[in-house]
Amino acid sequence: MKNKYSIFSLIKNAFSYHENWEKAWKDPEPKKEYDAIIVGGGGHGLATAYYLAKKHNMKNIAVVEKGWIGGGNTGRNTTIIRSNYLWDASAGLYDHALKIWEGLSQELNYNVMFSQRGVMNLAHNLQDVRDLKRRTHANRLNGIDAVYLNTEQVKKFCPIINTSPDIRYPVLGGTLQKRAGTARHDAVAWGYARGADQMGVDIIQNCEVKSIKRNGDSVEGIETTKGYIKTNKIGVVAAGHSSVIANMAGLKLPLESKPLQALVSEPVKPIIDTVVMSNAVHAYVSQSDKGELVIGAGTDDYVSYSQKGSHDIVEGTLNAILELYPIFSRMRMLRQWGGIVDICPDASPIISKTSIKGLYFNCGWGTGGFKATPGSGDLFAHTIANDEPHKLNAAFNINRFVSGDLVDEHGAAAVAH
Amino acid sequence: MFIINCPYCGEREQSEFKAGGEAHIVRPKQPTELSDDQWAEYLFMRKNIKGIQFERWVHTHGCRKWFNVVRDTSNDVIEAVYKMGEKPPTK
Repeated sequence: MKNKYSIFSLIKNAFSYHENWEKAWKDPEPKKEYDAIIVGGGGHGLATAYYLAKKHNMKNIAVVEKGWIGGGNTGRNTTIIRSNYLWDASAGLYDHALKIWEGLSQELNYNVMFSQRGVMNLAHNLQDVRDLKRRTHANRLNGIDAVYLNTEQVKKFCPIINTSPDIRYPVLGGTLQKRAGTARHDAVAWGYARGADQMGVDIIQNCEVKSIKRNGDSVEGIETTKGYIKTNKIGVVAAGHSSVIANMAGLKLPLESKPLQALVSEPVKPIIDTVVMSNAVHAYVSQSDKGELVIGAGTDDYVSYSQKGSHDIVEGTLNAILELYPIFSRMRMLRQWGGIVDICPDASPIISKTSIKGLYFNCGWGTGGFKATPGSGDLFAHTIANDEPHKLNAAFNINRFVSGDLVDEHGAAAVAH
Repeated sequence: MFIINCPYCGEREQSEFKAGGEAHIVRPKQPTELSDDQWAEYLFMRKNIKGIQFERWVHTHGCRKWFNVVRDTSNDVIEAVYKMGEKPPTK
């Protein structure tokens, strides 16, 4: 690898006041033709390109991005990583990703600040308790670390939680996955971009796809704002805009795109050293390395591409946060934003071939795509390169909406979508 | 966050309403005749349009009546509101 980041390169560049670091990736113009084009330069798209080049030896490929890389949902999520999903197919998919996360900084030679600080999911009623215990057992059968905690153990693990039995939704227990945690989301996009670029992948920013050219039942190329590009393999990883791209090819997807909001507070000293999520009251919180509380809210219930959500959703989330953590009552919020998430009817993703030859979709990650970034890229690359799904993403095919073989993680997956 | 003009109650905040998704999806007349593909189309496949969308809303915290809305999903501007059973506006 040229220009490996290390303590020596850091010292060397210190002598020139860090003004001569070479660009982490080039900014090329598109070639006339590629062996494969990835539409969407977020974490999943860049990871797909990286693994296509690394594991499947496809070097003549491009990632086209309408904005700048990592400027969409990659930079808008709350960076939570976990794999404690109920169903076997999901457990396989998300734990595959978690295993890659564990060695990702070394593999990419880029510090993605992966921090296994644990993720705790709270139970607030008897049904929650039963569901969480069931999920804990399912997780352990699938080899995923999970423990069930009672109220005292929850309090011990995260002392600032209000475990009084007198609050509206008292904490009756919780689950803990210790291997789970957070990572720096921008670094994930940048690390994959740098890695892919070094293997010869063209990362083309400010290049919006305008139409998809088909020849009968197969794809021929894409028309973009930077001209026509020929290819016979297109992998679409466009998150909230997946349906828009699908429409260009004459496909309909089982997706609805909705705003999902998050917010961060002013930075404070370390106060919460884990991630706490609550399904029933829909609030989750962690603390960034800068000291900001990172708070995630729920989705609005209407379709929108506006990248802004409703105030009542944020208000509901903050009500829950304040009841669970009275210590935060005088914190001020610094920023609030929305991202557009594409939600499948069964709250599981689609990583699949389509009825059009050479057109592949990786979408439907809904509210929880960030955690799967490395695994998603790896499996989607496999699917594109071999024109066949890997066994880990076979269940996540688009045909499940016809066969009825859904992977129903709605409400089962430790958080409501 | 926007204001919806309920055809029965007038202008109210969007948080009083619940979205019911894409409008004018007709329930199959003879469900027993449907193929799996047609069921998938009816149950799951959605236009999910970026732009002008015809959709259903219900005034949950108000009159509790259902009605249709024409909304631009790229900026949440509502173009028209019409009652159930009425013809959608053409322009």
